[in-house]
Amino acid sequence: MYRYDEFDHTFVQARVAELRDQVERRLAGEITEDQFKPLRLMNGVYLQLHAYMLRVAIPYGTLSGRQMRMLAHIARTYDKGYGHFTTRQNIQYNWPALADIPAILDDLASVEMHAIQTSGNCIRNVTADHFAGAAADEVADPRPYAEILRQWSSVHPEFSYLPRKFKIAVTGAERDRAAIQVHDIGLHLKKEASGALGFAVYVGGGQGRTPMIAKKIRDFLPEADLLAYCTAILRVYNLNGRRDNKYKARIKILVHETGTEELTRQVEAEFAHLKDGALTLPEADIAAIQAYFAPPALVARPEGDAAVTQARLDSRGFADWLGQNVTTHRHPDYAAVTISLKGIGEVPGDATDAQMDAVADLAERYAFDEIRVSHEQNLILPHVARADLKAVYDRLVEIGLATANSNLISDIIACPGLDYCALANARSIPVAQDISRRFASLERQREIGELKLKISGCINACGHHHVGHIGILGVEKKGAELYQITLGGSGDENTSIGEIVGRGFPPEELTDAIETIVDTYLALRLDPAERFIDAYRRLGAAPFKEALYAGEAKAA
Amino acid sequence: MKVLTANRLIDGEVVWYGADEAWIELIDGARIARDKAAEEMLQAIGKAALADNLVVDVDLIDVELQGSRIVPTRLRERIRAAGPTNHRHHGKQARPDFAPGA
Repeated sequence: MYRYDEFDHTFVQARVAELRDQVERRLAGEITEDQFKPLRLMNGVYLQLHAYMLRVAIPYGTLSGRQMRMLAHIARTYDKGYGHFTTRQNIQYNWPALADIPAILDDLASVEMHAIQTSGNCIRNVTADHFAGAAADEVADPRPYAEILRQWSSVHPEFSYLPRKFKIAVTGAERDRAAIQVHDIGLHLKKEASGALGFAVYVGGGQGRTPMIAKKIRDFLPEADLLAYCTAILRVYNLNGRRDNKYKARIKILVHETGTEELTRQVEAEFAHLKDGALTLPEADIAAIQAYFAPPALVARPEGDAAVTQARLDSRGFADWLGQNVTTHRHPDYAAVTISLKGIGEVPGDATDAQMDAVADLAERYAFDEIRVSHEQNLILPHVARADLKAVYDRLVEIGLATANSNLISDIIACPGLDYCALANARSIPVAQDISRRFASLERQREIGELKLKISGCINACGHHHVGHIGILGVEKKGAELYQITLGGSGDENTSIGEIVGRGFPPEELTDAIETIVDTYLALRLDPAERFIDAYRRLGAAPFKEALYAGEAKAA
Repeated sequence: MKVLTANRLIDGEVVWYGADEAWIELIDGARIARDKAAEEMLQAIGKAALADNLVVDVDLIDVELQGSRIVPTRLRERIRAAGPTNHRHHGKQARPDFAPGA
């Protein structure tokens, strides 16, 4: 993975020193909160319901064992012994003191990490497919380009005061595991007929209060033009994006109001000035970055097949976990492991310091020291020899992270919600926990099949509910929590925005409503191979509305 | 009926302006404003505390009295006064001197 050079070390250390000075001046009253707020946001420091919150960047969700141990150390030393992994592949701490944050940033810098640009009106963490470099269906690893974009976007002199936040995602396979079509810029790394690498470029996707699917404005952009083209997009946005209304300031609104054709014309006109200039990526530069992402030396481990076969016979639990949480690797002797942070009844995406340390150990011992954070709030060990899967599973059982529910209904994405977040209108965590407990039976979950359930505690949609097969949005109505259900959303290569199914449900009726929806699907699906999302697209909302609300109509 | 709340600048701890003119960490001793004049006085106190770099995010919030207990009207403020509902051993609710509210 990427290693800091001298420039990077100096840059991050200077940034920590700058923030330390800003915090000292703030505490001494030399700068006001109004002056300080945009500065602390650019370093990922929020003020939430109970305390400050620090969002640490995990570039494209990739980290080493050493880095994970530091995240555990920070949780233990400065927080309450846990951290929360987010839908943008970052980690959040819910309880740091402002006075401690410079020390936390020093600790992060010592392992080549930081919290730069994880908030504020700037370019945020560039996210990528969590199976990058491992997936059998990948054309090329998108992470070198995510790293190039990270370097380009860090403290960019022109793009540090954008109309609003800006999010970029990159995928390297036809199947989109990075939700690129609901990002401000989505990049699909692919090859053209000649074998040359380049990108399909999508612009203007997003969730929040006006969810929109991105528009493809370029079918093939040669890799050398990546920065010039992204600069052109950012420049058009920076100039023309709205600054009068916070809720209309994202690029998706600009695309919508300008029209895709006209916006594309503006981008291409700007790109024409920049093409073949200083922003062009020389092949040597791309190769130099790619070298950091060279795949690990995957030695043949042909004993894996027999080992797995035997282990499946020995352990029902292992067989279940193998079937659900282990993904095909491009190398036949290896596999990608999903470590579920969605224990039944647990807080989705949370891990304790002890669990983080244990995952670090596992990564170093069995996974070439590489860990990923997925935007679905799980951890990934992308390169595990099949011969070692049983040992990894046994250790995960010991630390309580072996729930075999990847992609099943209890693999819930949930934002922190009203239990933590100053923006929230309703709680999301207890909702997730309740639904998880209702569907605790793994056998039942497997019977239901793939079902992506996503919960947001407010319209900002940090829980990505718009692209949930079942989405839940918490609102406040007459002082009480109420939950709207959407159906049919999806964040993959067939992106769709979920449709509201009808009137909302109070918390005590919500889990029953979810169960009704699931039972309706089970009764109407063609066969177990027809997933929930496919059945919904075939059937439409009518049978679900009927099941949920028909009783009321009759009563009325 | 209102009380004045904020977060302490140095560590983000939720605080309320107390009846005895200090910023306190539990809502029980908060000074209650029962009329417009009292509200305006609290607002002025909040503005001064912000300028003095003691607190941030100052807000006047609605409360009710349930017996002698001060209970915020909004769920958000009730959660803020107690702690996250998913982690009963985190936040103010874990303090030995915390008296469970409504």
